[in-house]
Amino acid sequence: MKRDIVIIGGGPAGLAAAVAAYDAGCKNVLVVERESEVGGVLKQCIHNGFGLTRFKENLTGPEYAHKFIEEAEKRGIEMLKDTFVTELTADKKVTCMNQSGIFTVEAKAVILAMGCRERSKGALNIAGTRPAGLFSAGTAQKYVNVKGMLPGKRVVILGSGDIGLIMARRLTLEGAKVLCVSEIMPYSSGLRRNIAQCLNDFGIPLYLEHTVAEIEGEGRVSGVTLVKVDENKRPIAGTEKHFDCDTVLFSVGLIPENELTERAGVALDPRTKGAVVDGDRQTQTEGVFACGNVLHVHDLVDFVSEEAEIAGRAAAEYALQGGRAHAYISAENGENVTYVLPQRVDKNKNAPQKLFFRVRKAFRNAVVTVDTGARRKTVKKIAVAPGEMESVALSAEEIGGAEYVKIAVTGGDR
Amino acid sequence: MELVCIECPRGCLLSAEKTEGGVSVSGNFCPKGRAYAEAEITEPRRVLTSTIRAAGAMVPVRTDRPVKKSMIFALMKKIRAARLTHAVAIGDTIMENIDGEGANVVASASYGGEPCSI
Amino acid sequence: MKYDVAIIGGGVIGALTARELARYALSVVVLEGAADVAAGASKANSGIVHAGFDAAEGSLKARYNVAGSRMMATVCEELGVGYENNGSLVLAFDEAQIGILETLLARGRANGVRDLRIIGREELFLREKHASGRAVAALYAPTGGIVCPFELTIAAMGNAMDNGVLLLTDFEVVRAENGKTVTLHAADGRAVSAGYVVNCAGAGAEKIARLFGDDSFTVGARKGEYILLDSAAKGFVKSTIFSVPTAAGKGVLVTPTADGNILIGPTSVEEPDFSTAIRRGAFGEIIEKARAICDGIPFGETITSFAGVRAYCDRHDFIVEESRKAENLFNTAGIESPGLTSAPAIGKAVAEKIAARFGAEKKKDFNPKRRAFSWFRKLGAAEKNAVIAEDPAYGKIVCRCESVTLGEIVNAIRQNPPARTLDGVKLRTRAGMGRCQSGFCQPATLETIAKEYGLSLGEVTKNGKNSAIVSGGAI
Repeated sequence: MKRDIVIIGGGPAGLAAAVAAYDAGCKNVLVVERESEVGGVLKQCIHNGFGLTRFKENLTGPEYAHKFIEEAEKRGIEMLKDTFVTELTADKKVTCMNQSGIFTVEAKAVILAMGCRERSKGALNIAGTRPAGLFSAGTAQKYVNVKGMLPGKRVVILGSGDIGLIMARRLTLEGAKVLCVSEIMPYSSGLRRNIAQCLNDFGIPLYLEHTVAEIEGEGRVSGVTLVKVDENKRPIAGTEKHFDCDTVLFSVGLIPENELTERAGVALDPRTKGAVVDGDRQTQTEGVFACGNVLHVHDLVDFVSEEAEIAGRAAAEYALQGGRAHAYISAENGENVTYVLPQRVDKNKNAPQKLFFRVRKAFRNAVVTVDTGARRKTVKKIAVAPGEMESVALSAEEIGGAEYVKIAVTGGDR
Repeated sequence: MELVCIECPRGCLLSAEKTEGGVSVSGNFCPKGRAYAEAEITEPRRVLTSTIRAAGAMVPVRTDRPVKKSMIFALMKKIRAARLTHAVAIGDTIMENIDGEGANVVASASYGGEPCSI
Repeated sequence: MKYDVAIIGGGVIGALTARELARYALSVVVLEGAADVAAGASKANSGIVHAGFDAAEGSLKARYNVAGSRMMATVCEELGVGYENNGSLVLAFDEAQIGILETLLARGRANGVRDLRIIGREELFLREKHASGRAVAALYAPTGGIVCPFELTIAAMGNAMDNGVLLLTDFEVVRAENGKTVTLHAADGRAVSAGYVVNCAGAGAEKIARLFGDDSFTVGARKGEYILLDSAAKGFVKSTIFSVPTAAGKGVLVTPTADGNILIGPTSVEEPDFSTAIRRGAFGEIIEKARAICDGIPFGETITSFAGVRAYCDRHDFIVEESRKAENLFNTAGIESPGLTSAPAIGKAVAEKIAARFGAEKKKDFNPKRRAFSWFRKLGAAEKNAVIAEDPAYGKIVCRCESVTLGEIVNAIRQNPPARTLDGVKLRTRAGMGRCQSGFCQPATLETIAKEYGLSLGEVTKNGKNSAIVSGGAI
């Protein structure tokens, strides 16, 4: 089997990339999806709040996905469902497995769009027992929204990521008692509005600077003990809070799923845990592109779509015209910035580019400094927070004159 | 009253006071924030999203407009009791005028009427 | 129905004893108190095949360790269980500890351990580049190995069942009537009669002996806590790395597992009971002790942590003998480390004694072989395609982290001993054992179990009673 572009993953990133590649003139596109339906995690994100940036509409997850599924279907884009990619090679051979067997697709370009997974509770070194009733928030979301099952009745949520906050509301609506949400950081990693509409609306307490000291229960979980932590994240004795519960949800971060990427020898960035890419979202392996949460974890799907379209167009160009010469400069993180993406900017591209970045801590009235070696510019932001991805735009001229790009965030008040 | 605007991911911190002439709002980046704050002070409303049970599948649904926050649990009771027995397309109304004020419950995904597999 | 032999306990000792007894013309039943075999210490230990230089010369520990170690490769080969002869290293950090290595060397040679020798820094770092840079010498045991303890237990029980042994799970023996024959009563009212009983109850061995009026030993609990690293850390160490043993035991080790992870632990804590709760201070202790023997351990790859509790007895050696006080009872008790290594030899010795007692002949049709759990994943693409053509479920990946197919999960539910729980499927197939720790595959695995047993999702448990996975009911 041969295809111009193989897209691994039919979630929001893969679908948007497929449509964009098609519209850029590359019609011979294959989307490989491991589940029985495309749409990715949006299928279970039944809450609204998607699409405000892109469509100026307040859509639910399935509605947002539907817009892209419809576009893909309209174009007759080939989507192979229930199919799992078992291997990818640097020369763009994609080995797949499904109920009809194992086969290899040779591609001119590959777009990685496998998304991310939830950081597991196991990674947290929690004392106590290992009973039933411990779920990552997304797994609980699947049980409730897809399987129609309530994981339990009395729930403690550890970690204040957006999925955890959304699930606090969802479980409450379905009749469970959510006792509290606990967050080890002094701020929530979720969006402010989710604190408001998912916790405050229902009087669910949020304990900041708290961690879980112990999980109890034989068979099913019967309780958890939380404890306050000091600025070094060490438990403060005597601050324990105990909760009787039958369910514990973990919403403690997302990790790009790059095992396939790694095995293909594509270089990864330890800061993003995704591939190192240029402005086209091309990895350091020629003809392999990446977008969406497999590249870096996004907080808004609207930006996933935007990024996927960049990758889709660039992959189409690569598949149709082949590679071109690059003149890379590096994009670096300065003070208070954890990462900048893309990590490499191509001066030959001769086009304006948006650089995305995340900050290390929350600031109000922040000043973003973009240093290109040749010049410096500053951009003001009302508020920045680690949970919310930021961006700055650089013109073709600014990139043309740059020796490097370094983004720093300073000033303002914490 | 201090509020976090929920209209978009920006999450503006709003300050809203009841005045003689209506409501004074500050901190909003856009007009949606003003409207949100005014509603929060007078009659808070939310779009309600949930699922309705069908044969072998849960069908995601939403209200087609914000409903009174105070009615949310009563509406959830109705949604939980409902069963979907026929195919629907995305956007189709499943429950009409659920809150007595004109809000309909609409499908936010299509459902083919066939039991879905694992 | 009356059986010739009832084995109480489906841990590694019970399972390998059952398998050895299945070689003879005897009717055998295994009574397991939990929902699955390998529910106690056999599920949560270091998975080490010890060379045999630790135990005192002349002890049962020494005898069965060395004998078991020599049997292990064959047993694992027959049962299709992952085993690797990866060698072990005991690190010494000063002159005094080199002295201890010399003692271990002498003891090992006296116990019959082959090829044991002390190596210097140069060879040590050639073998293990992450061994602590402060180490000055090491005892190298080429016969040391690793095995997956629960896989061995499950496979041995499965092979015993394939050869006619009956397994009853959730059969917690609470009363024994010992007359001409023994009747064993379960908590739920079931009863089984047998001519002879083998006590392989591990943590419960003292309790079982006392049901027979045998109070000749007591059993204590020693907890060991572990941290497990993802297979992404594979290759960090190749051999099993120990520090020199102390009175408290062999100490914290760093080892590859037979499944390709890196395992770090155990702690060693005397406990009043057999709770497997991890103590709050355990992680710091494991990390500190492990850092003393290895440099640069990638703790960032941690995927889970767990505790196992070993049952030791007051004689501080294994008990493998006919009861000193009761008729019709054979005790195996206090099988702490090196119990896993010793299990094949203990099982063989017990079976031979019982066969002699009954005057039982060997069966001609005993089949020692069992298809490996990993049979499918080890196939080449063409062979896999043939399997998928036959059964398309083998083409559907359910657990993406460990690449486990629906076909393998269904097989684990149908094959002896059948998996009935989520943990049962996990231990047999590795579904849910990877880096996402079942976040993605759990709902699909749950549905598969429910479908196979005709249960609702809410009835499927993690590991038996009171451990329902989804307990809130339908929404």
